[in-house]
Amino acid sequence: MTRFSSLSLAREALRGHTGWDQQWRSPERPAAEYDVVIIGGGGHGLATAYYLAKEHGIRRVAVLDKGWIGGGNTGRNTTIIRSNYLFPESAALYDHAVKLWEGLSSELNYNVMFSPRGVMMLAHTVHDAQSVRRHVHANRLAGVDNEWLTAEQAQEYCPPLDISPDARYPVCGAALQRRGGTARHDAVAWGFARAASAMGVDIVQDCEVTGIDRDAAGAVSGVQTTRGAVRTRRVGVVAAGNTSPIMAMAGVRMPLESFPLQALVSEPVKPVFPCVVMSNTVHGYISQSDKGELVIGAGTDQYPSYSQTGGLYILQHAIEAICELFPLFRRMSMLRSWGGIVDVTPDRSPILGTTPVPGLFVNCGWGTGGFKATPGSGHLFAHSVARGEPHPVNAPFSLDRFTKGRLIDEAAAAAVAH
Amino acid sequence: MLLIRCPWCGDRPEIEFRQCGEAGIARPADPMAVSDEDWVAFLYLRSNTRGRYHERWRHVHGCQRFFNAVRDTVTDRFEHTS
Repeated sequence: MTRFSSLSLAREALRGHTGWDQQWRSPERPAAEYDVVIIGGGGHGLATAYYLAKEHGIRRVAVLDKGWIGGGNTGRNTTIIRSNYLFPESAALYDHAVKLWEGLSSELNYNVMFSPRGVMMLAHTVHDAQSVRRHVHANRLAGVDNEWLTAEQAQEYCPPLDISPDARYPVCGAALQRRGGTARHDAVAWGFARAASAMGVDIVQDCEVTGIDRDAAGAVSGVQTTRGAVRTRRVGVVAAGNTSPIMAMAGVRMPLESFPLQALVSEPVKPVFPCVVMSNTVHGYISQSDKGELVIGAGTDQYPSYSQTGGLYILQHAIEAICELFPLFRRMSMLRSWGGIVDVTPDRSPILGTTPVPGLFVNCGWGTGGFKATPGSGHLFAHSVARGEPHPVNAPFSLDRFTKGRLIDEAAAAAVAH
Repeated sequence: MLLIRCPWCGDRPEIEFRQCGEAGIARPADPMAVSDEDWVAFLYLRSNTRGRYHERWRHVHGCQRFFNAVRDTVTDRFEHTS
């Protein structure tokens, strides 16, 4: 693998870019045995494999994906990164990821285009303002940056914002997390794949897991795939919307439901939008990609589905809200839309750690907000799989919190899926 | 948007309906008598089936009645409602 540097770029520029090799190995089929098998080659799964190899010295790792890497929710989101969650457990979890984002491009030697341009959450009502300020205070107590802006300050930070008092959704203030922002989704998957592969991780695509083998004691002994059987004592399920069907192969029923979550992009335009703006009340969020497209996220559809598509009226609702907030976008054309399948837990917090089956680990339930956690999720999950017990940061996000009643109720905190 | 057949009102657009979760999840008759595990199973654990799924819907902006449906969660096509 060639290391990217200004020198290697210059050399390849002179050679007409003929000397780049494949960025990661992609074996036709998995080997007969691995120390760890990761099911799901999205950002979280690839990051898990990367940190297993890098921080825990476990290099006999396979990442199996039924499609292609980064082809699921990693490629179907709005790339927003932030950590301004209400509860201390969540703030610690997501801020763990933000700290890793900050150094990720140099760590992976791959430009993931992390752009901490600021994430602004709007308040439209007195209740919103109280709730947002509560978030700001909670975050600052937890050591996470977040600040309250007046409507005028919000408009100064984000000039396209309409703050006139007669707007359909008047803006009475906003919270701003300056360390939040966006990253390039594909680069995240490719960067982790490249770095993991360089350390010996096998990434096998078009390889669907069809069964999880268990020995007489009930512990994991391997997986069956469409490209042959694999022996392993440890399996990490990182399959987002498809977690329930995979966990069912090991006889584990999950507190999850999978919903379509849609987003869309506009035609590309010159830079007009400097940050990320979210509004929980009207439920729309928007940013501008480096290509110039406006990236707009909607809410989930109401019914569980694996269709990777959803109702048009959900997108219309999001666009109507965005056009009310930013009247200058009213005449823009939308280029394309997509749906990802998000696995939602009852408390809208993820599940990350051990399961009742020895050797089986699960990283799921990121719902509508998993992209932001990608490096942190992989880092903590690698720790959990390598040590057989959770890292202190992800210990509260155990599967048994539902039995113990220790829910981390971000659903109630935000009043929407997020 | 899905076209959903309410057993009482006929075909209506999805926005008239509310999806009400998996079918066949019965509330324990005596909540004080069930174990924590059984209570969790009732409250939170769901099949979340990929494929043929039994679920409850309610015609909330119509006759307001609940009904059962069988839907394929990969195609979103309804097999039947009753």
